[in-house]
Amino acid sequence: MTSANTGTEVGSFASRFNLQQYVVYLGFVAIFLFFAFMLRDSGFLTVRNLSNIVLQTAPVTIMAIGLVFVMSAGEIDLSIGSIVAVAALAAAVTIASYGMAAGIVVGLGAGILIGLINGALVAYVRLPSFLVTLATMGLFAGVSRSMTDLRSISVTNETFTGFFGSGSLLGVPSLIWWTVIAIAVGHLVYRETRFGAHVLATGDNARAASVSGISVPGIRLAVLTISGGLAGLAGLLYAGRLQAAKYTLGETDLMTVIAAVIVGGTLLNGGKGSIIGALVGSLMMGMLNNGLILMGLSVSDQMIVRGLIILTAVAVSLRDKSR
Amino acid sequence: MSAPILQLQDIRKNFGGLTAIENFSLEVFPGEIVALVGDNGAGKSTLVKIISGVHPPSSGTITIEGKPVTMSNATMGRAHGIEVVYQDLALADQQTVYMNMFLGREPLNRFGLLDRRRMIDETEKLVKELDVRIPSAHATIRDLSGGQRQGVAIARATHWASKLILLDEPTAALGVAETARVEAIVQSLKQRNVGILIISHSLDQVFKLSDRICVLRRGKQIGVRETKKTDKNEIIAMITGLQQQ
Ligand SMILES: Nc1ncnc2c1ncn2[C@@H]1O[C@H](COP(=O)(O)OP(=O)(O)OP(=O)(O)O)[C@@H](O)[C@H]1O
Ligand SMILES: [Mg+2]
Repeated sequence: MTSANTGTEVGSFASRFNLQQYVVYLGFVAIFLFFAFMLRDSGFLTVRNLSNIVLQTAPVTIMAIGLVFVMSAGEIDLSIGSIVAVAALAAAVTIASYGMAAGIVVGLGAGILIGLINGALVAYVRLPSFLVTLATMGLFAGVSRSMTDLRSISVTNETFTGFFGSGSLLGVPSLIWWTVIAIAVGHLVYRETRFGAHVLATGDNARAASVSGISVPGIRLAVLTISGGLAGLAGLLYAGRLQAAKYTLGETDLMTVIAAVIVGGTLLNGGKGSIIGALVGSLMMGMLNNGLILMGLSVSDQMIVRGLIILTAVAVSLRDKSR
Repeated sequence: MSAPILQLQDIRKNFGGLTAIENFSLEVFPGEIVALVGDNGAGKSTLVKIISGVHPPSSGTITIEGKPVTMSNATMGRAHGIEVVYQDLALADQQTVYMNMFLGREPLNRFGLLDRRRMIDETEKLVKELDVRIPSAHATIRDLSGGQRQGVAIARATHWASKLILLDEPTAALGVAETARVEAIVQSLKQRNVGILIISHSLDQVFKLSDRICVLRRGKQIGVRETKKTDKNEIIAMITGLQQQ
């Protein structure tokens, strides 16, 4: 049935499959074992430290879910870090005057609205998402700075801080609930719905998607809106956990989120990705952060090591793409 | 012969000041393969776009199974049972064969989620019927050869077409063996009682596959011949407009 030619193609398919699918899990285990051994006396392996890693990565994980959708559709969203700050500040200010419910609506609403603006410019004005979100990233970084004159706004509403930060349900911290629910819903929508399939088809071959009756502009609008909304949620989680909002929130998250998504097996150019991979990628980034700090690396050394890891991940991703 | 599945009458298509198609009339019957030939720029692809609904004609009528239709996009063409195998195939390379088969028309189970089982089963059934030799319904398109991809695109069109399949140069990018494979698949479509319109620059292929040949030159219909009652010289003369002595 298969000629020698198809035989080799199936062979290369198998090796690519292994690399793409498992590199994040192998990397995760390798880094975990490395730290477990190197930091065996520094408290890396304590339950407290490990659960701290999960709690700290919750906002990054939530943003990564949005970015998997965006990148799978062949777009990028650079504005998520700025959205985090705007959403957190908007929520904090609103909670102080109008209470928790209004704060949640305004915070999430700000994220969704910015996402809609990004999406509309990409889908209907047909500007490249890289440039649109680069511009809105700068724009909303400015907005969050001017909103409160660089001041930090504290969040004292205990229901809010419990719900989005320090609280717990059935003995499980609320940040873990948020992570688990967002991953479960994200994975289901991405893998098992028509929408998810259409996102992948759009990123893979927009013309093919279009002649198949898929609304390509609709998909582009949707993924950027989802990403904005999830970045807004990440902003609420930061405000809840830190019990305050400031313009610096989310400032350094963009690179971490992109790294988590790419390490997790989502292709930069669209058409292929994984929500679970992004979760593991995000935990890996959090673990890396934590371990490098415990090892006593300076901030600049941490940045260098993380940069190298991201480079490696991108190299693997692009190696897969070109053949 | 039964009633025609597709009738084109006095079709004309202008792009601004340029007349791409004029006075074009053609009938296609179920179970018949009609070849559309003509030089580059003759208007063949334009005609495919008119029939599939992508470009509405400037004037003239399109009749499907006796009913006049007006279409303004490919979705409407598909709703009328017309499928196109595009020259670039319009496949999503990193998705599986079965997802491509159902691209844009994925069946859902009772939970509103993708019904993968059904997509895989129907893909395997069709791939077997058409003898498209792919490793499996789960294979990724990029891992297939050119002929296998073409086979998938034809299988998709076959699965959804209830009336008409349009093939725009289906073997232009293929080698000898793969061309033969695809030709065999196209031949087998006749049993499905749909009309088939195939564009090809290879006269060998046209004479091998078609029942009738329609010649187009600079947007004008030069004539339609029964394949059995004509020969290459006549068709070449019609395509080029030069008499061959
Ligand atoms: N969208 C369009 N706008 C303007 N002119 C067009 C358009 N599409 C096609 N044409 C013109 O119509 C004519 C016929 O083009 P068409 O693509 O149908 O030719 P063809 O027979 O398919 O040629 P080939 O064998 O090279 O594929 C050409 O002169 C082309 O430039
Ligand atoms: Mg053409």
